[in-house]
Amino acid sequence: MAERRNFSIIAHIDHGKSTLADRLIQHSGIIADRNFRDQILDGLDLERERGITIKSQSINLPYTSKDGREFELNLIDTPGHVDFTYEVSRALASCEGVLLLVDATQGVQAQTLANLYLAMEHDLEIIPVINKIDLPSADIDMARMQIERDLGLDGANALLVSGKQGTGVEELLEAIVERIPPPTGEVGDPLQALIFDAHYDAFRGAVAAVRLFSGEIKAGDLMRPMAIGKAYKVEEVGVFRIVREPRPILRAGDVGYIIAGIKSVADTRVGDTITMDNNPAPIALHGFRESKPVVFSSLYPVASDDYESLADSLERYKLNDASLVYTKDSSAALGQGFRCGFLGLLHLEIVQERLEREFDQSLILTAPSVIYKFTMEDGRALDVDNPAHYPDPAAIRGGEEPYIRASILTPDRYMGAIMKLCLERRGVNSEIAYPSPGRMDIKFDLPLAEVIFDFYDRLKSITQGYGSFDYEMLDYRKGDLVKLDILVNGEKVDALSMIVHKDRARARALNACERLKEEIPRQQYKVAIQGAIGGTIIARETITAFRKDVTAKCYGGDISRKRKLLEKQKAGKKRMKMVGDIEIPQSAFIAVLKTSDDE
Amino acid sequence: MADSGLYVHVPFCASKCPYCAFASCTRSGHLAPAWRDAVLAEADRRAGRFGTFDTLYLGGGTPGLLADDLLAGLVTGLRRALPFAADVESTIEANPADVTPARAIAWRAMGLNRVSLGVQSFDDDDLRFLGRRHDASQAAAALVALRDAGFANVGVDLIYGLPGQALATWRDTLDRALSFGPAHLSCYGLTVEPRTPLARSVHAGRIVMPDESRFEAFFLETSRRLAASGFVHYEVSNFAHGLLFASRHNGKYWHHVPYLGLGPSAHSFDGARRWWNVRGVEPWLRRLGQGRLPTAATERPTAEQRRLETLALGFRTSSGVVLSILRATPGWQAILDAQVADGRLEVADGRAVPTVRGLLVADALARAFA
Repeated sequence: MAERRNFSIIAHIDHGKSTLADRLIQHSGIIADRNFRDQILDGLDLERERGITIKSQSINLPYTSKDGREFELNLIDTPGHVDFTYEVSRALASCEGVLLLVDATQGVQAQTLANLYLAMEHDLEIIPVINKIDLPSADIDMARMQIERDLGLDGANALLVSGKQGTGVEELLEAIVERIPPPTGEVGDPLQALIFDAHYDAFRGAVAAVRLFSGEIKAGDLMRPMAIGKAYKVEEVGVFRIVREPRPILRAGDVGYIIAGIKSVADTRVGDTITMDNNPAPIALHGFRESKPVVFSSLYPVASDDYESLADSLERYKLNDASLVYTKDSSAALGQGFRCGFLGLLHLEIVQERLEREFDQSLILTAPSVIYKFTMEDGRALDVDNPAHYPDPAAIRGGEEPYIRASILTPDRYMGAIMKLCLERRGVNSEIAYPSPGRMDIKFDLPLAEVIFDFYDRLKSITQGYGSFDYEMLDYRKGDLVKLDILVNGEKVDALSMIVHKDRARARALNACERLKEEIPRQQYKVAIQGAIGGTIIARETITAFRKDVTAKCYGGDISRKRKLLEKQKAGKKRMKMVGDIEIPQSAFIAVLKTSDDE
Repeated sequence: MADSGLYVHVPFCASKCPYCAFASCTRSGHLAPAWRDAVLAEADRRAGRFGTFDTLYLGGGTPGLLADDLLAGLVTGLRRALPFAADVESTIEANPADVTPARAIAWRAMGLNRVSLGVQSFDDDDLRFLGRRHDASQAAAALVALRDAGFANVGVDLIYGLPGQALATWRDTLDRALSFGPAHLSCYGLTVEPRTPLARSVHAGRIVMPDESRFEAFFLETSRRLAASGFVHYEVSNFAHGLLFASRHNGKYWHHVPYLGLGPSAHSFDGARRWWNVRGVEPWLRRLGQGRLPTAATERPTAEQRRLETLALGFRTSSGVVLSILRATPGWQAILDAQVADGRLEVADGRAVPTVRGLLVADALARAFA
């Protein structure tokens, strides 16, 4: 029987993980070259477009080593974003080793560090790999030095590859079978299979991607996800070779999939252990954790009639994403909708984009919120994740908000701009380290609420894309929290309300008013846009009335063009929300979630 | 059904005005004979579905540049090729610099009975800014020549809202124009058309256009002053000394009456389909030379598209839009009531008719009911 090696690739976004995976897949010959497309592991359109991996997958690659031994290499792909740290940790728990990819042109980034620490926690064999050596700007010596200094690994031992050109792939495969230890685990022990990923198949139900640590499983067995407590009859087991390839049995050390007629991925939670119903393992594999949402926002259909359709889409979407939680919500401005909880801001964007693209929904999102904790005068404690539930300010004794520890790795020339950004966002306890010449590791305690408000984009923009960011949750800290309302023509737009720290209220109010002024079309009369705390106006902008809205000439050659413009404007009206007499375009609700570029 | 309109696009100019985006060229005068023959050829091929024509409009470009014999040949050829009503309105657009007493008489002799004269301003500084070939005295001389030749229906084109233009200067221009007793006035707010030298100057910050409130002041003053002189403000930019002198030809565009356009870039509408010709003189000539139609594109507006066109066009004119068209809009009554309350629309004889202030925001009115 072929030997097994289970490994993962960890890398910062854009460091070429998917391209390298493509080369490994091509080398294995499991897919004919003519059927090959780039970034084949990234199944979602969104992933391919953004060049990042959202859902992890695995792939089983046959390999014959130079000395003639047969292998099955299981490459377990990991999501490349901080919102999915838990998913990454489950994927890594399924491996014995990792390839740590460093871009020869960019060096070590924050995400690389964070994932390296995860790999170290799991005691994995780490093979440093310097990628993109084909690029003219590649600096291999710099990359080696950073691997030694920043990561504490042996830089001399790093492999040199070009995922794009395929250089060094042979040597890499040899290193995988030589350096990464084979999996251990007894086939005779009770089954322990770690779910590290799950997706929903419209025909087969939930497909759980698993790593077997002990025991074996085959079709016909009665299995049980231990956190669920329900038993399911196994319909099929197998391995992923781009498409599912059924196998008669999976054994300890194997990576593959289990299909058991499960209706939703909510019953195949990432991190759960699958065992046998009649011969259960005494304990689950450690580390299972319910994923907890940290960012909240309400989703509304642009057209109120589409509420049922949105409800249906969310239900179907959730079949594939157990980490999304939602309940009904309603707004005076936007009608019926849903309050949703997300793992982070990227998760929110993914859900939004997939609902819009795959389910054809037109959405309006409200300002993302964190969970605030309030202590009331009567001693009650109150968790609030929705500005609509902000309590009567007179009854509040104190408020607290969640903080994170941010780690920003950046070339040192951006230090001033980053410090300014973090201080503006109420950052404290800064700590600065110089892991290697010219590079800085800036750490800050930051309120999570400040980070989910346009922080990544600002950081990317002020560091011209060179700054990388990672964070961990810290604790709750006291804060003077107020509710900021936005009024358009005197009417409160509840969907634009947000809970903010008092010190930031005016800046946020001004920003919201400015952005709305840009987005709301001028009317035939003057429109006031105001930010208010309670009854006090703290910011104001005015949209002037238009005095003229007509073209001078309209003759034979202008009619088609004029009609086409009107058709476009008519279509745009469907994406508007009426607040009083004012039509607010969908884009306005999105714009207030961002700061202007020249902040 | 109403008779059709015939438009002939004359793509030749002696010079390009910096604000103009119409299709024309200044170095192709030698193509004029070939152009004339090709217009007649296109007329032959397209005439079928239009019935009788009761307007002929020679627009451009600068039709008044055409030599008398060439023009006479064109007009005669069109009469031979197409059926015209007895009382046809035959208009030629002209630049004052090209109008001489002799030429005015020649035009009358050809049967042309209306001249649209591109005066633009009676202020020489304005005319220089606009890059015109003529000055105010030439404009006056041209108007006299046309009157002496017996043209009863002369339209004067004017432009207002030039950068830095004083309202008093514009009033003087209007008064000078009125002193010649024109039957028709077109008063256009200067518009920055994309890809023109003017657009580039504005973009580069060399020229600052007047803001909307100034434009509004010019617009309202124009309407007021001309109304006092007996002119009907019957379209956003058009005024007639009694509706009898409203441009019959332009009315076809605004009321979905068929019109046939001949020549490069000309647009046509046969009651169901619209099409337009290729823009360049040479591609247009080449197509016809190869025995092909010079159509660039065709469309057949759906009922809803026709409705949107009616909205876009109707609110620009003093005849407004029939209420039955507005009823297709959800909440139309409330929208109408609000516009009436704000003094932009009036309801009369089953139509929603724009006020002068309504004309100023005609595009917004169309959007409100779209």
